Amino acid sequence: MTGMGWTGRLLLIGVPFLWLALFFLLPLLIVVKISLAQSTIGIPPYTPLLVDHDGGRELHATLANFALITNDDLYLRAYLGSLGNAAMATALCLLIGYPVAYAIARSQGVRRHLLLFLVMLPFWTSFLIRVYAWIAILEPNGLLNQCLIALGLTAAPLPLLNNEFSVELGLVYSYLPFMILPLYGSLSVLDPSLIEAAADLGARPLQGFLGVTLPLTLPGIAAGSLLVLIPALGEFVIPDLLGGPDTLMIGKVLWDEFFNNRDWPVAAAVAVVLVAALAVPLLAAQRFLERGHAA
Amino acid sequence: MLGFGFLYAPIVLLVFYSFNASRLVTVWAGFSTRWYGALLHDGAFGTAALTSLEVAAMAAALSLVLGTCAGFGMARFARFPGRLVFGFALLAPLVVPEVILGLSLLLLFVACQSWFGWPSRGMLTITVAHATFGACFVSVLVRAQLAGFDRALEEAALDLGARPWTVLTRITLPGISPALVSGWLLAFTLSLDDLVIASFVTGPSATTLPMAVFSSVRLGVSPEINALATLFLCVVFLLVALAGWLMARDERRRLFGRQV
Repeated sequence: MTGMGWTGRLLLIGVPFLWLALFFLLPLLIVVKISLAQSTIGIPPYTPLLVDHDGGRELHATLANFALITNDDLYLRAYLGSLGNAAMATALCLLIGYPVAYAIARSQGVRRHLLLFLVMLPFWTSFLIRVYAWIAILEPNGLLNQCLIALGLTAAPLPLLNNEFSVELGLVYSYLPFMILPLYGSLSVLDPSLIEAAADLGARPLQGFLGVTLPLTLPGIAAGSLLVLIPALGEFVIPDLLGGPDTLMIGKVLWDEFFNNRDWPVAAAVAVVLVAALAVPLLAAQRFLERGHAA
Repeated sequence: MLGFGFLYAPIVLLVFYSFNASRLVTVWAGFSTRWYGALLHDGAFGTAALTSLEVAAMAAALSLVLGTCAGFGMARFARFPGRLVFGFALLAPLVVPEVILGLSLLLLFVACQSWFGWPSRGMLTITVAHATFGACFVSVLVRAQLAGFDRALEEAALDLGARPWTVLTRITLPGISPALVSGWLLAFTLSLDDLVIASFVTGPSATTLPMAVFSSVRLGVSPEINALATLFLCVVFLLVALAGWLMARDERRRLFGRQV
């Protein structure tokens, strides 16, 4: 800041930096450490890595947890299941979110503010409650099935809850605003005269969209996709509440490993593999979000 | 507009059902507020709600201080050692899955406890965890607002002989007050809403509202939860409306103030 001394700067950056180093970066390292330990019965329920031994210290690290993850295909299927569900949710959010963002960007004045507000409002309401609300709708005796039966579209209630369909629906529903906002960000700064110019030069609406609008909003598409994909990959609440016995997602596996099996080292190993898999999209997300700041 | 219907229909239905006299979702047995009464008599939810509010208020205050500092640092200093790492640590918690944040923080707290015998897990650990990701959200808002802030105002004040501290408290902080208000509110509601991280880092002493709701929801739909959700939504809407009104009033004052 203007006229601010060296100590001021150090405090300003140093305090939050130290906080994040202590409570975000250091914990990630501890996860790696524990993933190399063995599970025992006790408090804490894992073995120490460094063991005092004949006056010296010995490193007791094991890759057994990672071996377990790679050998038992439950984990592989859970990772792939998460990836499939999250990728599908991202694509659906993009398909639904793009027209919505487009409509908001094209509207004017108060209407535009109101629509934006309506997109953001779900951020402020409880995620848990919004997911829970779907249970009453999708239940075998739920509202949707009753409507379908009343309309004569189906004789018996359809299995809508506790399967892949409900998980996918929950993911799209919960993460849609995260897609719409960055898309709106890109679309609102798009100069409409570019599309008019394309039209004047003989481009049909579809050509104009594919040739001008879509490429110019790629940063928004990328940012929105990452904001949906990354958290959806590790989602726990949605597969737990809306999923069924055959729903395999890694966030839920990690939770069960930790809370039900009380196997902290395996849970840590699952987390390490997930973070490693997320490293590339995370770094990409940082680039896109940083660019958003620069603009 | 279908998109908005999709976003809001479930919430509207939830509010509607909370006034259903019947326990069954399938039957509309007339208007009733009996579930609100049942909720009031259930002390567990009350205690959990108080815990949640206390944690959220403290975590939001901490987030505001940390996030404002961080936002300033990122917006005003183009280069300093470790800026890239700092930027990553500020943005990553926004997207990293909650299970990972929760597990990693818990392991940190457990390690701390075995090294120093402190802290015991409970409200304190939840507050620290929530402040960490809350600060990241605040920093994004503060940074964005500072990017649009006219630095000439600060320079003018300095030229007129104001001390840097006066400039900060009289010019800069009021100038970014919308970001500060919405940052605090966002950190507050995020903390109030968080289930996963709190479940990991809490101890036997503290149960937050989402944890109480979750354990009850896992058993199926219950009208008390509908009533609770409706109350929660009312509080949130009031807070958001208040924030919006405050910011609009601020904006109007500033506009008229300049004209006069």
